[in-house]
Amino acid sequence: MHWDLSSDRPIYSQIIEQMELRICSGVYPLGSKLPSVRDLAQEAAVNPNTMQRALSKLEETGLIYSLRTSGRFVTEDVSMIEMTKKRIAREHIQEFLNRMIRLGFQQEDIISMLMDISKELKK
Amino acid sequence: MSNLLECKNLTKTFGSTIALMNVNLEIGRGRIVGLLGPNASGKTTFIKLCNDLLTPTRGEILIGGHKPGITTKGMVSYLPERTYLNDWMRVSDIIEFFKDFYKNFNPEKAYDMLGKLGINPKDRLKTMSKGTKEKVQLILVMSREADLYLLDEPIGGVDPAARDYILETILSNYREDATVIISTHLISDIEKILDDVIFIKEGQVVLQKTVDEIREESGKSVDALFREVFRC
Repeated sequence: MHWDLSSDRPIYSQIIEQMELRICSGVYPLGSKLPSVRDLAQEAAVNPNTMQRALSKLEETGLIYSLRTSGRFVTEDVSMIEMTKKRIAREHIQEFLNRMIRLGFQQEDIISMLMDISKELKK
Repeated sequence: MSNLLECKNLTKTFGSTIALMNVNLEIGRGRIVGLLGPNASGKTTFIKLCNDLLTPTRGEILIGGHKPGITTKGMVSYLPERTYLNDWMRVSDIIEFFKDFYKNFNPEKAYDMLGKLGINPKDRLKTMSKGTKEKVQLILVMSREADLYLLDEPIGGVDPAARDYILETILSNYREDATVIISTHLISDIEKILDDVIFIKEGQVVLQKTVDEIREESGKSVDALFREVFRC
């Protein structure tokens, strides 16, 4: 998975988002051990201190936890990951709706278009 | 914890030209710092003062508590803007040279990095392109286990792919007790790996902040802010 960092927002908050995404999508499965800060920083081509800061934030939320000597792990709590998934989905949908409204669509139109396109995709 | 590098009222003039004016800086250990400024802003003067290649007109610099001199030369690994290596030498000769000069030089590390970049240690410098020469120099400098790395324009002459490799090299050599100061104006290429940013303008420090502070406060990349601060 590629690290996609834009240049106009704080790096550490973007790393948090992408780590959440990776955990939710199973790139880092439930209960698995995360690579070291140094390896992650190198992979994302960011400063190790920035990576450290992002991981500490994720620890605060409980999505990952650290064992003093053996490293950092993804939570084993399924409901926690479900909650995170829903939150991310909500954010995406809100953003999408805002854009559609800016384009001048009404809510009903948006929903019916969504149904149509989703049907086409199923085929 | 004490700072690795401290400047107090550092001033350097060349006749009537002011290169640096009352620079006050404190830089801790374990940081990657970008020294950013347009041409002729005083970046190279600052780095040369840190290396005892110039002496301050007024004020002082302390590196690990010492004034630049013999002690600090053992602590500081310096990549100058222009090469000082002899053209006729082979890379392996220069490695021997560095081994003699610096106690903290690690030749295995150097050979390992040369191998990764596909540079033949038996090649002479004069047969190499400008970019390859720059890579060799950076490899030599990063192969020292120093406290402070001073890199003056390390990515100027190399292509974007090699630039990525160089940044990776800097990151993979990063140690918690060492600090790297990189002077450049190719900001967008390096801002992701920086902790702190120092903007220097006409010999004075106009801003010292972390990259994320800049992005949070201005909603702009360091590169965009630089273009704003230094608009011609």
